[in-house]
Amino acid sequence: MAINEQAILKSELRWAWVVAGIVAVILGAILFAALSMHINPPSNREYADPKTLHLSAEFTESNLGTRVDGDGRIVARLIATQFEFVPSCIVLPADSDVTLRFASPDVIHGILVTGTNVNTMIVPGYVAQVHTRFTKTGDLLMPCHEYCGLGHSQMLATVKVIPRDQFRPDAQGRAACGDGR
Amino acid sequence: MATVAEPLPVSPRRRKARAEAMTVGNLVLAHVWVGIAAFAVACILGVWQMWARSPLEAPANTAANYFRSVTLHGVSMAFVLTTFFIMGFGYFTSEAALRRPLPGLRFAWAAFWMGLIGVLMAALSVISGNASVLYTFYPPMTATVWFYIGLVLVVVGSWIWCLIMIVAMRQWKAANPGQPVPLAMFATVANAIMWLWTTAGVAIELLFQVIPAALGLNGMVDVGLSRTLFSWTLHAIVYFWLFPSYIAFYTMFPRAAGGRLYSDTMGRLAFILFLLYSLPVGLHHLFMDPEHSNGFKFIQMFLTALVSVPTLLTIFTITASAEVAGRMRGGTGTFGWIRALPWDRPMVLATGLAFVMLFFGGGGGLINMSYGMNAMVHNTSWVTAHFHLIFGGTVVIMYFAIAYAMWPRLTGRAYPSLKPLRTQLWLWFAGMMIMTLPWHYTGLQGQWRRVAAFDYSNPMIAAWGPWVIVSLLGGIMLAVSALMFVYNLAMLHRRGASAANSGPFHFAIAVHPPERIPASLNGFGLWNILVAVLMLVAYGYPIAQFFIDPPPQAVVHRLS
Repeated sequence: MAINEQAILKSELRWAWVVAGIVAVILGAILFAALSMHINPPSNREYADPKTLHLSAEFTESNLGTRVDGDGRIVARLIATQFEFVPSCIVLPADSDVTLRFASPDVIHGILVTGTNVNTMIVPGYVAQVHTRFTKTGDLLMPCHEYCGLGHSQMLATVKVIPRDQFRPDAQGRAACGDGR
Repeated sequence: MATVAEPLPVSPRRRKARAEAMTVGNLVLAHVWVGIAAFAVACILGVWQMWARSPLEAPANTAANYFRSVTLHGVSMAFVLTTFFIMGFGYFTSEAALRRPLPGLRFAWAAFWMGLIGVLMAALSVISGNASVLYTFYPPMTATVWFYIGLVLVVVGSWIWCLIMIVAMRQWKAANPGQPVPLAMFATVANAIMWLWTTAGVAIELLFQVIPAALGLNGMVDVGLSRTLFSWTLHAIVYFWLFPSYIAFYTMFPRAAGGRLYSDTMGRLAFILFLLYSLPVGLHHLFMDPEHSNGFKFIQMFLTALVSVPTLLTIFTITASAEVAGRMRGGTGTFGWIRALPWDRPMVLATGLAFVMLFFGGGGGLINMSYGMNAMVHNTSWVTAHFHLIFGGTVVIMYFAIAYAMWPRLTGRAYPSLKPLRTQLWLWFAGMMIMTLPWHYTGLQGQWRRVAAFDYSNPMIAAWGPWVIVSLLGGIMLAVSALMFVYNLAMLHRRGASAANSGPFHFAIAVHPPERIPASLNGFGLWNILVAVLMLVAYGYPIAQFFIDPPPQAVVHRLS
């Protein structure tokens, strides 16, 4: 078997260039998606003390659920706790920019919304936040996707996405799943 | 074998018998059998877990049993099978590649017994229901402290292995100045050094956060910090598991195929790149976490992309080695050499199947690491599918092939037929594909991970049902294959000694065996410094931030 040592080296180097090309294309695509399409992970270094969550202004029980804030931002706030979401159903308009905010008073949880790219971990100590835009109407599943104890499998919420024109918040800017339509 | 304490005077004859039992061969056998025992149990549990999650009625299906089972499955596969197999294979490689007695044989046995005691402690903790925290721990939940102490004993045992590997290479270099360290040993020591770096993260998490919490010494824990420390370990540990497979690709496959390794230098380079880029990338497991800025997530995503380089280089070098072998065996034409390869040999067959699974698993991995795109698949069955394909597929099928290659040397027997070995490998491959391809699909549909049962009365979930049942069939095939593996090895082991295979073990040689190589390709001094720099860049601030501006801590939740 006589292959010239230089020939081997040359072929390896040629392949190394192909590898460099592959990696560059992948990184280029990710960079493009991040910078021009704003596809970034949901980082949010915003603290929320698990011990006093229920006393905080934002995550107190009466402030949970969907609300249109003064500046017109549509924000849904939920507490993820062993083994339920409070509230267990939120209503949001389709084709609108919405923000989901979560906090945990106990252990690690996480959510995804099936059929969408909404996904975040909920780490006690932080407010987890996702900005999104739902394009389809209907009842979507929002399960806890991180092991949080023996009741983890039962921890499930519903995201009710309704047509934009049917989204009618009340005088305080609130909308809930039970609202008659 | 009693190396820890010898309380009673022992007769010279018994002492001699003990000394004979303490051979490196028995050391390797003991390690590999512990790994395989854990593996077999974990495979059976895995099938039950899939059954429990399927629309079919499974026995004893409670959440408590499910998470107990998942924890045992994960711990057995990720910590026991891997650590014991890698240690055993390392001892084997050290003796076979260096042709020198293993240094510190008594320490190696002490490490084995310590690890085994640790495994039993952890296993009993899980079986008793006091440690259902999965193998990734999830503080602020804490298990019984015996669970963590058991795992610490396993890790400390593996550290002793690391030191023995490093000392063995040093001694060889001192006796053979200027000579290139045999590639198999060079790679084994690269893995040992990487493992020392790797375990630092989880060791700090356990010693300073989790064990004090489990003992009740502190009631609060910084969850962001603990997740970050665990992420330090969580990716490189996968490469620790992967190393033996790559060692087999480079140093066992070319010889089994009847050829030579295309390039020894590229092998060294690939192992060095693994050492460098396996570590500063763990934050990609935390892409969906709030506690790290996008800047550091991006840096570690970039470094993660670079860890694909050694794999892509390996695919070329090993394929070229296969072509060398095929042509040496008379294969001609552009693809004729593929048919000329001896596919009837387990090592060749396993390598081919491992590459197919690496293609799918690696492709999925590239999607996982793609920064914002991770949101599409994070904590769905897609990820479960990815790591079962890479670890359960590529890695474990090569563990099979390595064990099959070592066994005749260790037992002194030859296989009466290779057919049962091939059947077992094919069954594993088919089972793994049938199990994981549906998981990829349901993952993309949003099927989430780590649940004991799905509510199939929900129409959306009901649509996944048939796919879950298909994957269960794949799982059953895997369990059958696992039992066949145990049977194949046990039969050869049981038949007793014969001198048929007592010659030394040969690793593959390169087309151009290296005569003199630069010191940087023959040791790790320089690379250790680079690892330190990369870790400082990648993890310096992400860890420091928890001390600069401490976040609120979470209340410890004790499960026992």
